[in-house]
Amino acid sequence: MTKMVEYPSGAIVPERDIGYRPVLEALHLGIDFGGLTAVDDFNLIVGKTEIAGLIGPNGAGKTTVFNLLTKVYQPTRGTILLDGQDTSKMTTVDANRAGIARTFQNIRLFNNLSVEDNVKVAMSKDFSYTTLGGILRLPRYYRQEEEAHQKALELLRIFDMQDLAETAAGNLPYGAQRRLEIVRALATKPKLLLLDEPAAGMNPVETEELMNNIRKIRDDFKIAVMLIEHDMKLVMGICEGIAVLNYGRIIAKGTPEQIRCNPTVIEAYLGSNREV
Amino acid sequence: MTFLQFLITGLSLGSVYAIIALGYTMVYGIAKMLNFAHGDIIMVGAYLAYFAMGKYNLPALVAVMISVLVCTLLGVVVERLAYKPLRKVSSLSVLITAIGVSYLLQNGAQLLWSSAPKMFTSIIPPNTIRLFDGQLTITHLSIFTIVVTLAIMIALTLFVNNSKMGKAMRACSEDKDTARLMGINVDTTISVTFAIGSGLAAIAAVLYASAYQSISPTLGSMPGIKAFTAAVFGGIGSMPGAFLGGLLLGVIETLVKGYLTTQLSDAFVFGILIIILLVKPNGLLGHKYSEKV
Amino acid sequence: MSNLKNLITRKFFAAGKLNRTFSYLLVIIGYLLLQSLSNAGALTSHFSSLLVPLTSYIVIAIALNLTVGFSGELSLGHAGFMGVGAFSAVIVSGLLTPYLPSAPLRLIVAMLAGAIVSAIFGALIGIPVLKLEGDYLAIVTLAFNQIIKTVINSIYLGYDNNGIQFSFVNNKISLGPGAVTILKGPIGANGIKRISTFTAGFVLILITLLIVYNLINSRKGRAIMACRDNRIAAESVGINVMHVKLEAFIISAALAGAAGALYGLNYSTLTPAKFDYNLSIMILVYVVLGGLGNIAGTIISTSILYILPEQLRFLQDYRMIIYAVVLIGIMLITNNDWFRYQLARLSRKLKRRRKKAKGGAGND
Repeated sequence: MTKMVEYPSGAIVPERDIGYRPVLEALHLGIDFGGLTAVDDFNLIVGKTEIAGLIGPNGAGKTTVFNLLTKVYQPTRGTILLDGQDTSKMTTVDANRAGIARTFQNIRLFNNLSVEDNVKVAMSKDFSYTTLGGILRLPRYYRQEEEAHQKALELLRIFDMQDLAETAAGNLPYGAQRRLEIVRALATKPKLLLLDEPAAGMNPVETEELMNNIRKIRDDFKIAVMLIEHDMKLVMGICEGIAVLNYGRIIAKGTPEQIRCNPTVIEAYLGSNREV
Repeated sequence: MTFLQFLITGLSLGSVYAIIALGYTMVYGIAKMLNFAHGDIIMVGAYLAYFAMGKYNLPALVAVMISVLVCTLLGVVVERLAYKPLRKVSSLSVLITAIGVSYLLQNGAQLLWSSAPKMFTSIIPPNTIRLFDGQLTITHLSIFTIVVTLAIMIALTLFVNNSKMGKAMRACSEDKDTARLMGINVDTTISVTFAIGSGLAAIAAVLYASAYQSISPTLGSMPGIKAFTAAVFGGIGSMPGAFLGGLLLGVIETLVKGYLTTQLSDAFVFGILIIILLVKPNGLLGHKYSEKV
Repeated sequence: MSNLKNLITRKFFAAGKLNRTFSYLLVIIGYLLLQSLSNAGALTSHFSSLLVPLTSYIVIAIALNLTVGFSGELSLGHAGFMGVGAFSAVIVSGLLTPYLPSAPLRLIVAMLAGAIVSAIFGALIGIPVLKLEGDYLAIVTLAFNQIIKTVINSIYLGYDNNGIQFSFVNNKISLGPGAVTILKGPIGANGIKRISTFTAGFVLILITLLIVYNLINSRKGRAIMACRDNRIAAESVGINVMHVKLEAFIISAALAGAAGALYGLNYSTLTPAKFDYNLSIMILVYVVLGGLGNIAGTIISTSILYILPEQLRFLQDYRMIIYAVVLIGIMLITNNDWFRYQLARLSRKLKRRRKKAKGGAGND
């Protein structure tokens, strides 16, 4: 069990991440859609190599938080610091280049591209040849394409998907599509990986395997992972810090044990006037 | 005074565009397809009225009714035979099919009625009203066109907002599958939409041909494109948008022709369309749909 | 066409090596065959006159496939780029004639000029327009097509011993001794020196194939297709969608311009009206029937759909009606569920057989 340490501000991070800049500092983040406040006063610190969980009932605003962090939505208020860099005003593209990558709740793969190409698309940081260089097939093209090929296979090996490299992404089974999304996000060399319901539709065996893989990714790539998940076994099993969202606000933060016994959280999930 | 003159001419031309654009936008709203053959239905409508009046000496009103009836039927038949089987596949396939239908109607007309233009006698006698000591001349046809368009717009709005079929149309344009689950006959609703659109095209055809007094197998393509532009102008899928877009397009076109240049009028009209779309990417009265992430 | 991508089902292999080899072979064999037939005098003069236009249609169809098939943007205005290329080339060739007597060299320069001017127009239109999506892009490209046609319709250009004269909308040109008129408004250009050749067209197709195949098999090509498949996901992995789409659009416009240059310099007279939206649509039909994202398919469909109606001229007025009916028929049949099911079954059968053959060889 990871030992969590409290910052003076009240935020907690794993002990091993003390002394490093947190990968994510979200400060008073909020967004309104018309008159409706979807997320408000969202404050969260994620440690450099933490596995963090974001949970909450349906419609609590979890995916909206992901959309804010990846700049799909422009926040109405607040600041996002990614490894100290202010990404609040960036585009999705620049936020990704700054070091945040994600998967999607409703899978968004490049269905007509092969599995390998899906990964390569995300590897723009590994390429430096230009459009013209690609058309003229300059030496750099061959060198970098070969490197990219090897690297893509290596990344696919995390989920043992290297043999599927030639398959069209749209033809993959559901579980494999979810895993490919993770590989693709990893290919952008993120500092923080956001996973939106990674275990959705997986059976217990697959979920178990996924948990191990998430830990392995954190250890191998030395990155932080933040995930939205409804599968409490997964959340309680791998998350070190958990934030609970309800009606767009964080109602509790803490370690899995703290969250499990938090009366506010129980109330949010099960309702207050529970009759037995 | 010239400005007023141009304005009225423009409104009259714009009214014709508006009627066609209404058909375009209704079909688009419900079938989500660019009906490229819509312009050619106009052409067929004009020829039908021409033959009914010229060859069989029927009164104008009867001729118009025949034209509307046959075009309505034609629209439904085309929808059933050519578009309905493609409803579930990509809209590009439907677009190509519509192009095929357009080729078919145009070349069929050429074969049947020859490509030589024919004189079309206006359904309204060419009388004018003179105002301000003759400085302002308004043809009866202009007034008639504007009045007819207003009537159509009002009737259509009432129909779509209040009738059962109108509600079904709106439901289908939102979400066909859900509409079907609510017990709406989607196929019938789409057919009725095509019927209305094609009927309107026939009315527009008669008004357009009356104004230009000449018809040919390619008659429909230019007003078709202009009306399509008008529909996009106003926000495709929106009926008030199509109405407004049509009128604006007619007025702009006439003003540019009157004050600036005839030769470049199309360039101006389409240029203004592009600028409007850049400022308002969904047209003047269109809705914004954003993808849920 | 928001669901354009539905049509491009699992076609990523269409850009693959097999398709590429097939395309090159098709073009080279086609050229050698037609050229030797032509040399032997076996082609009618009507058929021979179709060869250069065919090559330029193939090039512009491949260019349009890059936009519609690979980039997923419906353009109804590619004839506009072709027109820009054609008239740029006619002007450049016309002005250069006294200085550059060599026809092949002048053709190369003119084609380059056509491609560059068209690419500039592609950028000018693409920058604002590619922000729009789906059907709005279609209407704006169509509008652009009409604008280009109308504008070229209003250009008057000529030169005499005293230099170049140009006027717009109203013809104010009065040329002195040594007068050569290049553009005459709606009448367009006449007296063009016909310097395009079938061989030049063949080379242009090869260059086009090289550019497009190499592009789509490079990182930029993957990005182009990724943006088509899922715009939001592409942005999430750091791809600047606007930038990528713009690059594809500009390359497509440049190729269309070069095709236009080849086309324009093949006729002694050329009117702007030729490049209206009907031509854009004709090419779109070639592309869709050949298969979105399928270049070999584009080459085949363009060849058949251009040559066949031309050869069926004896059918006269029925020709276009038959064409229309065939077009509708193809769309209805290929999108028919039963037909698709049978096709899928057939391809599965073939695959299994191939696998068996492979497996059998392995066991021996």
